[in-house]
Amino acid sequence: MDMRAEILVEGQAGEGEALVLTAPISFWGGVDPATGMITDVRHPQHGECVAGKVLFLPGTIGSSSASAVLLELVKAGLAPAALVLNEPDAILLLGLVVAKEMGWETPAAVKMERSSFAGFSGTQVSIAADGSVRATLHS
Amino acid sequence: MTVTLTAEERVIAAGDDGAGMAMRIVAEAARLMGAPGLIPIRSAHIDGALYHGDSGTLFAERLVQGGAKVAVRSTLNVGALDLTGCAQVRLAEPNRTMARRMMDAYRALGCETTWTCAPYQAGHRPEHGTDVAWGESNAVVFCNSVLGARTNRYGDFLDIACAIAGRAPDYGLHRAENRRATVLFDVSALPAAFMASEIAWPVLGSLYGRETGSAIGVVAGVSGHPGEDALKAFGAAAASSGAVGLFHVAGVTPEAPDLDTALGSLEPDHVIRVTEAMAADARARLSTAEKPDRIDAVAIGSPHLSADELARLEALLAGRRVTVPLYTCTGRHVLATLDDARRAGLEAAGVKLVADTCVVVTPILPDQAGGVLMTNSGKFAHYAPGNTGYAVLYGSLAECVESAVSGRPVAESLSSWT
Repeated sequence: MDMRAEILVEGQAGEGEALVLTAPISFWGGVDPATGMITDVRHPQHGECVAGKVLFLPGTIGSSSASAVLLELVKAGLAPAALVLNEPDAILLLGLVVAKEMGWETPAAVKMERSSFAGFSGTQVSIAADGSVRATLHS
Repeated sequence: MTVTLTAEERVIAAGDDGAGMAMRIVAEAARLMGAPGLIPIRSAHIDGALYHGDSGTLFAERLVQGGAKVAVRSTLNVGALDLTGCAQVRLAEPNRTMARRMMDAYRALGCETTWTCAPYQAGHRPEHGTDVAWGESNAVVFCNSVLGARTNRYGDFLDIACAIAGRAPDYGLHRAENRRATVLFDVSALPAAFMASEIAWPVLGSLYGRETGSAIGVVAGVSGHPGEDALKAFGAAAASSGAVGLFHVAGVTPEAPDLDTALGSLEPDHVIRVTEAMAADARARLSTAEKPDRIDAVAIGSPHLSADELARLEALLAGRRVTVPLYTCTGRHVLATLDDARRAGLEAAGVKLVADTCVVVTPILPDQAGGVLMTNSGKFAHYAPGNTGYAVLYGSLAECVESAVSGRPVAESLSSWT
């Protein structure tokens, strides 16, 4: 499956296993900045790790410190390989904006329709710097 | 969508100093959110000084090294350390030093050392209709909803960038046309006894946040003003379970003198008629501990306790001593109102005061596998399991106090409505 996504925040090309969240998440209090693990016990993907994944986010909720958690994940090398959102988010994505200002290697964030997210489950996804998206089934 | 910056803003953004970095961050946020330009702001509340790792410290120090200073009044949200010396924070080196450096950097940027998540009860109350840039989800929602000032949900880094630039992206809740309620949250079917109870507002806030997400709602069917602390608890719970930035309460909050005004004289897109069963379910969902036979600690004060709430705690304790630690989180603005006798009384009762920070954002609770934490805060209930490892038991302040005294969960008769 090939397509072109709108770029929300430019960044490095990234490739990884798709991690499709099925509920909105608060990064602060929901993702451990030291490990990238989803720690929110009420979240359906509790126990999964966002590091290195192409992370599909159906929405972000809660704390305004989400950007700080994402910045810390970027600095620690534990960020997702790319982020896919269905709409821009001025809190979470600020973590990427600041990471770029700090001169750190930063993943890209792109925009896709939420209805397309489920189709990426179980695939390996690569997102190029120009927003080209390629998904291949795991062999 | 492109952002149009003024000539002055472009000159600042081109700078290689801290002011340039701040202006570029504000402009990039404006581009991301489709704002046509920037607007001046009157104040800021900064949530960025809480240590989550070295990256945030390095960012703040980069701004300081670049000579940046805040251009407007800027209060600070909690940090990771209790600089008043009330509470022992178990943050180990090198993190402790980095957390301290971060707090010092924000002070060097010209921010006020309020260190509270309830700045609106520490003298920072922007005027109705003014544009501000506030961070901390509960402070944002209180500022918009209860004070009627205008702010978006500013995340860490954008808050301080706006404070330095003195400007914010012109979009969202800064615009009057985006502040109308589109969801009606009708609580008129709930029993009066429940609505008069302390847990009504945090429980309903938790439900409201989950049901409305980022939409703006108006709560209808409330008789009389529930008090500022109730609205504080509602907003904090709602902003934990949803992306809530603004709510209205018909007949109570400043932009909702009546239901019709809050809805802009239009039909709501969505109506939520809250039943007793929905409220009971929302209350049950605040607890993660299943019928515990003991509790290990009680935590109150998210958002930070007001002076009134602290006085209520003292009245409920009535001179008794607790048998499990009762962590009481508040700001230095409330500590300053305590005379030596009251403070000694609280300490003698076994109350552990925590200021400048709280037990859910930094390690203060004993590291205890399988621990059970009781709280009356919808926000603590939401975040404590993920952040502290404790399971949560939710109850009213009276239930928290009785349980802290006996060391076992105590339920009031009022809870029988569930």
